[in-house]
Amino acid sequence: MKVKSSKWISENRLNKLRHLGTTLRYSLYVITHPMDGFWDLTHEKRGSVGAANVIIVAALLTNILRLQFSSFLFVNVIWEFVNLIEIILGFLAPIIIGCIANWGLTTLFDGKGTMKDIYMAIGYSLTPYVLLQLPMIFISNVITVEEGAFYGFLYYFSYIWCGALIISAVMMIHDYTLSKALVTLFATIVGMMVIIFMLLLFFTLISDAIAYFVSLYKEISFRFY
Amino acid sequence: MRGKKFIPIIFFFVALILFPSATVKAERSVYTYTYDYWEVERESPDAYSVQETVTGSKLGIGDFNNPQGLYVRDNRIYVCDTGNHRIVVLERDGNNNIEVIDQIYEFSGDVELNTFSQPHDIFVTETGELYIADTNNQRVLHLSSDYKLIKVITRPTDETVDKAADFLPTKLVADKAGRCFVLARNFNKGYLQYDRDGLFIGYMGASEVRFNLTDYIWKLLSTQKQKSQMAQFVPTEYNNVAMDKDGFLYATNAIFEEYQLRNDEAKPIRKLNSMGTDILVKNGYLPPIGDQWWDTAGGVSGSSRLIDITVLDNDIYYAIDRTRGRIFGYDDQGNLLYAFGSLGNKLGYQQFPTALEHMGTDLLVLDSRNLGITFYTLTEYGKLINDAIKAYSLGQYDLSADYWREVLRLNGNYDMAYIGIGRSLLRQERYKEAMEYFEFALDRMNYSKAFQLYRKEWIEENIAWIFTSFFLIITVPIVIGKIKKIRREVGVE
Repeated sequence: MKVKSSKWISENRLNKLRHLGTTLRYSLYVITHPMDGFWDLTHEKRGSVGAANVIIVAALLTNILRLQFSSFLFVNVIWEFVNLIEIILGFLAPIIIGCIANWGLTTLFDGKGTMKDIYMAIGYSLTPYVLLQLPMIFISNVITVEEGAFYGFLYYFSYIWCGALIISAVMMIHDYTLSKALVTLFATIVGMMVIIFMLLLFFTLISDAIAYFVSLYKEISFRFY
Repeated sequence: MRGKKFIPIIFFFVALILFPSATVKAERSVYTYTYDYWEVERESPDAYSVQETVTGSKLGIGDFNNPQGLYVRDNRIYVCDTGNHRIVVLERDGNNNIEVIDQIYEFSGDVELNTFSQPHDIFVTETGELYIADTNNQRVLHLSSDYKLIKVITRPTDETVDKAADFLPTKLVADKAGRCFVLARNFNKGYLQYDRDGLFIGYMGASEVRFNLTDYIWKLLSTQKQKSQMAQFVPTEYNNVAMDKDGFLYATNAIFEEYQLRNDEAKPIRKLNSMGTDILVKNGYLPPIGDQWWDTAGGVSGSSRLIDITVLDNDIYYAIDRTRGRIFGYDDQGNLLYAFGSLGNKLGYQQFPTALEHMGTDLLVLDSRNLGITFYTLTEYGKLINDAIKAYSLGQYDLSADYWREVLRLNGNYDMAYIGIGRSLLRQERYKEAMEYFEFALDRMNYSKAFQLYRKEWIEENIAWIFTSFFLIITVPIVIGKIKKIRREVGVE
């Protein structure tokens, strides 16, 4: 398709935006046809990292908006204890660590996906979370506790949908069978824990080492003071 | 250098001249707090202020010795001075002066022993008859108002009763029909119930024995010797009893595992009906268990151990906790109104509380270590809460809301006040405002009620707009499509 360039946006950029739009719209196909969708996502290059970024940021925003704008009947927040950085990191860190752990495992067990593929797959898998949880913020403000079963159903459904998408994503991008995908996912969770443990160990050791040199410096400075 | 020493002295005198009225006043305030929806402790104004502590020596009758029992009938106070084997009768007049009316050491009547031995509790009927738990003499005495023996209640002559165990009555009440409910040490099947002639009728209020799977598995795995060393399962042993104006028994118990408190298995406070079943209303955030968070500080740790309870005529009940010396006030719905008091040596603080009673709305606490009776009286704030609850129970919802507004003026953290105002607004069909108040208190059920009505009202008011926009949403695209189609056809031609 030929794109007409205008004076305030270059043709190149407009094309990029078009591409982002197409790949973003492709997420709607992925979530309804997971097997086919995830296969084409990586093998036919129908997805993009940009679109995955957009979806992940949207999911993160949904997560934050949910706390602020949901009715207190369903989401009850003690604002004194809310830390925005904690929420953001708590959302992004598992995704990044999960990518690394999954990539580390699947390269060993002849998975076909690259790191980029895995990241894209996780991003596209979060689409139902945005699509369901965002309207639920509005819905929560027009229903009562007695009608809360509806809310609860949608809530769990969004999680189940995302989970199913992640399983099929692992199957498709690595070209695994279902059982192998499940085992890999379980091992990924264990791998994530190992990574977190290593990070904690690393930071504790570093801080201990720094503390040692600080106290050494203090001792010496006291002696000569 | 010499001059420098005088500077503080000069400052001191200047301060004396500037602030001459720095008199020292006894602090009447006791630490008062409530819990909010999140179970966070919120400081509150004083609901009760302490008036004075009356000791035996202050009254000129010699110090009490390990006093255990207290009863108040009208404005008379009956103290079981356990260690001195006497009953002290006090009277409080209109000016809050306390006088000694009588000291009872003995009574007349045809019985072997006419004195008391370590009496632990006393109950006085409306006509002035006395029931006394004469503990170490293993009997309960029923005396007339001029201390003549009417009857003696002794160990039940029932086969189910362990013959070897001593009958040591510690707490008792009697109802209007002359039935007497006695709590005796070593008798853990509930209250011993006697009829008006002093005959044993049966036990009342024994707590059900629960089957515990883990205990069962442990028993299966352990040997006979281990089993014998295991703690025997003993049903709840109540530690005190009070009767409300309708004749319901309020019981406290302090023997439970702490994890059983929050899921309402321990039931430290019970209201027993005549069948002995617990009918206490529990609509608060948590069941009435005293403190919800148990700090460890100053050698004190663990949950509240409620050891006495008293029920006011407006169905508000107060229980006293021995762990931290606190008094917890609950309304008839089981909402915690406020908690106050602490352990300590200051006026209004407890050391080892043994009994709690009320005189009107005043509270009396007997302490067996500071050997005195401490009087607490309602403050303006406490009175407003009582008035609001009373007005609500009488159906005067708007009046009640007015009282709650006053309460909020004094304590903006008081959830019950928000709910109270919200209920009144709900009744006045001011749903939007009611929702606001319910949201302040995070009361989801009432908020839902108000919201449902508000939503209905909103839809009824805006039904025209809703239908119009619906209609437009459906028809406009169709019309546009039609127009486009026609244009295209025209253009093609």
